Amino acid sequence: MSTASEPLLRVDGLTVAFGQQLPVVRGVRFEVMPGETVGIVGESGSGKTMTALSIMRLLPPGGRIVEGSILFAGLPLHQFTEAQMRQLRGGDIAMIFQDPFTCLNPVMRVGEQVAEAARLHRDRAEGNPNELALQMLRAVHLPDPERIARRYPHELSGGQRQRVMIAMAFICHPRLLIADEPSTALDVTVQLQILHLMRELQQQQGTAVLLITHDIGVVAYTCDRVLVMHRGEIVEAGSVYEVLEQPRHPYTRQLLEAVG
Amino acid sequence: MSDTPLVQMRGVKVYFPLSRGEVVRAVDGVDLTLQPGEAAGLVGESGSGKSTLARALLRLLPLTAGEVWFGGKPLHRLSERELRPLRREMQMVFQDPMASLNPRMRIADILAEPLLVHGIAHGRQAKEEAAELLQRVGLPREYLNRYPHEFSGGQRQRICIARAIATQPRLLVADEPTSALDLSIRAQIHALLRQLQQEMNMAILFVTHDLHAVRQVCSRVMVMYLGKIVESAPVERLFTAPAHPYTQTLLDAVLEPLPTKARRPRRLPNGDVPAAVRVPAGCRFHTRCAYAQERCRVEEPLLQPAGEAHEVACHYPLRQKAV
Repeated sequence: MSTASEPLLRVDGLTVAFGQQLPVVRGVRFEVMPGETVGIVGESGSGKTMTALSIMRLLPPGGRIVEGSILFAGLPLHQFTEAQMRQLRGGDIAMIFQDPFTCLNPVMRVGEQVAEAARLHRDRAEGNPNELALQMLRAVHLPDPERIARRYPHELSGGQRQRVMIAMAFICHPRLLIADEPSTALDVTVQLQILHLMRELQQQQGTAVLLITHDIGVVAYTCDRVLVMHRGEIVEAGSVYEVLEQPRHPYTRQLLEAVG
Repeated sequence: MSDTPLVQMRGVKVYFPLSRGEVVRAVDGVDLTLQPGEAAGLVGESGSGKSTLARALLRLLPLTAGEVWFGGKPLHRLSERELRPLRREMQMVFQDPMASLNPRMRIADILAEPLLVHGIAHGRQAKEEAAELLQRVGLPREYLNRYPHEFSGGQRQRICIARAIATQPRLLVADEPTSALDLSIRAQIHALLRQLQQEMNMAILFVTHDLHAVRQVCSRVMVMYLGKIVESAPVERLFTAPAHPYTQTLLDAVLEPLPTKARRPRRLPNGDVPAAVRVPAGCRFHTRCAYAQERCRVEEPLLQPAGEAHEVACHYPLRQKAV
């Protein structure tokens, strides 16, 4: 078990490749402290999503960790079996993706899906999973949670579906949340609501967040620290104030100019 | 404003009936004017009706009501056949360049096709024009013999733009042309659109959800909400002195790339956009508006002047900053 001064996640020398091709992630090294929000920003093909998927050990077929280590609360995830990983996923490590539609089961009522997460990863002593699910749907500020719980994913708006995803992610009080473009598919007004909600729950539960995005505004709004990735490598890292207000790497400057 | 408008839409409605007698009011009474050579933005969130309105302008969708005039001609009254010669004067660029390029055609043929169809050029001359078009959008002529899959997303969008300007249109409708592209590429495409608009004196209707993009391309912006234009203003005016509470909500939701700015105190938007089958009575924004009064729930506001070239549809527009 890590203490507050120990990193919750420590990625060191991570190199990921597909087959015999050149690595898509090269020698990536970073840490995430408990409760901290770290952003990985980069354009498509920068390796940011592959970095996140390696931590979850969910690389697409053909992809593998060639080198490096991933320590989560001291546990060597890079050596874990699939069965061990399954214990962690959705429990101590939760995930949110860009498109909630593809992550939700289309033929299952959303209340049951949220309850299932509780059933898998929470002690029965903590309460009835259905009750916990309703509490959680209320905590993500869905209007009329009892009614929403009986709905199917296609009956909800994009913003409501993302709230359901967030409820599923937080119902097990994860220590780390990996969010890959959680607000990219949403309209700006909904994006702001969703980011605000994530931060609210993160603060309540003391969750650390690893946020993957191409949107520098999202990083500036939510993150403590940021890693800038370009062609598989981290080219700049530091507090968001340092990196975004006084960028040193030419690539970071270029990214900022494009939005500035 | 002495010019005759290039486009005039009056009272345009586009409704889509659903099975249970419900009706989606995608565009619900829009008046819109575009001057020749003007770059105007049409901004709104998903479901606002902005793409439907753009397609209605080009008569790619049937109108439920209203009129569309293009260069003095009543598009709403013309048959498909009568429309065809006008098509070369109004072109369109879409979000996904790959889906709008035939993967089996070489770039030379893709670019020559509109020239052939409209009888502008053929044979060697068409090929020469295709090469010139490529150069105009910033690509080398050597690419003529390649296929679409050999290009990046940004290059493909340049090819789509080249094809669209092949007939020297007076209007280019660009529907989220850069939303699928990386940020650094977006800015380049925006600069290209702006450049072409000025060189060719071509009007652009730029449809987007991205306020930042509008600022890079347009000189005027119209904001749509649930099928209606709620505000129209010169671009800087809209950003510095929005009059409609919805415009302010949109601007307030933009996250700046600098942490000190991004973390400024801001009001969280209220609720979700209502469904277009259940458009609220009165002002359609009143269910989410922080300033709504009794009158807003019953009486629909019309577009009214709110300053120089500035119009707003609100009973209680935001107080204007001194400009």
